[in-house]
Amino acid sequence: MSIATENPTAAKQDYLWTLNFGPQHPATHTTLRIVLKLDGERVVDAMPDIGYLHSGFEKLGEHLDYNQYVTITDRMNYISPVANNVAWHCAVEKLLGIEITNRCKYIRVIVAELARISDHLLSTGAMGLDTGAFTFFLYAFYQREVIYDIFETLSGQRFHPSFTRVGGLSQDFTPLVIEKIRKFLKTFPDTLRDMEALLNRNRIYVDRTKGVGVLTKEEATNWSATGPVARASGVTRDLRKDEPYLAYADFDFNVCCAKSGDCFARYYVRLAEMKESLKIIHQALENLPAGPINVGVDERTTLPTKAQVYQTIEGTITHFELVMLNRGFVVPNEEIYSAIESPNGELGFYVAGDGSDVAYRARCRPPSYIHFALFPKLIRGHTLSDVVAVLGSLNIIAAELDR
Amino acid sequence: MPATPETITAMESRFGKEQVTTFRNETRVVVPRADFVSTMRMLKEARSFDLLSEVTCVDYLNYRDASDRFGLVYILTNTITNERLIVRAFLNEPDLKIESMCQFWNGANWLEREVYDMFGIEFVGHPDLRRILMPEEFASFPLRKDYPMQGRGERHNFPVITRNQA
Repeated sequence: MSIATENPTAAKQDYLWTLNFGPQHPATHTTLRIVLKLDGERVVDAMPDIGYLHSGFEKLGEHLDYNQYVTITDRMNYISPVANNVAWHCAVEKLLGIEITNRCKYIRVIVAELARISDHLLSTGAMGLDTGAFTFFLYAFYQREVIYDIFETLSGQRFHPSFTRVGGLSQDFTPLVIEKIRKFLKTFPDTLRDMEALLNRNRIYVDRTKGVGVLTKEEATNWSATGPVARASGVTRDLRKDEPYLAYADFDFNVCCAKSGDCFARYYVRLAEMKESLKIIHQALENLPAGPINVGVDERTTLPTKAQVYQTIEGTITHFELVMLNRGFVVPNEEIYSAIESPNGELGFYVAGDGSDVAYRARCRPPSYIHFALFPKLIRGHTLSDVVAVLGSLNIIAAELDR
Repeated sequence: MPATPETITAMESRFGKEQVTTFRNETRVVVPRADFVSTMRMLKEARSFDLLSEVTCVDYLNYRDASDRFGLVYILTNTITNERLIVRAFLNEPDLKIESMCQFWNGANWLEREVYDMFGIEFVGHPDLRRILMPEEFASFPLRKDYPMQGRGERHNFPVITRNQA
């Protein structure tokens, strides 16, 4: 298979050695392949070759209805599935023009922030693992287990909760879930302190990440980088502050930025964001509004309660329309783009409706895909051992990358 | 965030009022292909839309009342004022060519490659226009509406490569 080189000088130097990094290299963590051109140990050029995990999610979006598609979004960024659920259903609700209930907004914020913590734990943990910090990885993974327990108590599934529905949620918070989240809020800061103590001044780790893969502020914006990758380069853009969605406007939290734009900054921004997420969860849990989690019967999008089905004609009709085949709710003939701040960056959905209960086009704007385009640029001139550090700091999730 | 009144006025004076629509707080503008590059240059330099959030495409083959086949979507964001503008350009067979936006935003590189891979739209002036998600020997464009959703049987069209051929 011939791969066109993007670096014309690399083609002329016949002493360069080609190395296939992946698709099964343990440090890529997922199936992605990078064809490296090496001069001794220096990386002269890198050519990403992706598509190993391409599963046609966008095509499936044209065949599954708005509620079924949430199971596909679970499998996009499988490190933080709930954030994708929230993104998808925020997009569908924007298309329908539904205003969800206050309690639903708060619960969505809590689960999205838990997902953010779990994503950052894995991305920083895996970055530590690749650079040799195994203890750090174990600390991070144990806490992820606690978050998975919370999701299991919440929705019955650990990995793919499919937690949201159009206009609401699949389950309400039970007292047990709230107790578990409170316990997590109490125990997690200690772990976070330990994790910072392990790596922030660790000689090996700092030497391997400081000054590696530097991305300037102008480049970050020009290459469409978002999320922690852009914020580590000094871009202050955070959709939770700049375009407040759900209930983020009610909470007091900071946007974490760094200036240097290297791998260490990206790691550091993620650690700092976890603390801010804890703050948000704490505020949301203390101020959790009472009331229903789903929108009312008038919107005709969520299943009514059994009492409504058996006792009111409106409830009966709504229930019938929703459970019968090809009779779901109706969306306008319009197209919208809705984005949320996912753990990886701006996760947007471009949804085109055609009046049926199935999206005419469901396009996902995956942050990983856009960040991976930066990789050749960041790695040029560094050594082979820096490849794993840069890859880990970009947090490439192949399922989201290839969709 | 909708676009600011200044942006909307600038777009309306260029293309007429009926080309600029707002739906759910989002401003969309339909740009004719002849003015596409000059409009994008104006948006980047004069109106400082410095972030290209998204490039995608919709195939309107079976869409009700659709007059054009492919509708390209460029979502521009101004990181200072947080305004967003959705720029649409419509293309029809057999002339599926449009100028690449890599000259203004490097982020367009992979996004346009994906649109080329899935819809077969050629971006003129793109530095490296190859398939990105599908294998190079793949012959058709999967996200077009006339491509069937097969699943089983899809991969049997590819030749089997043994170890000593690879």
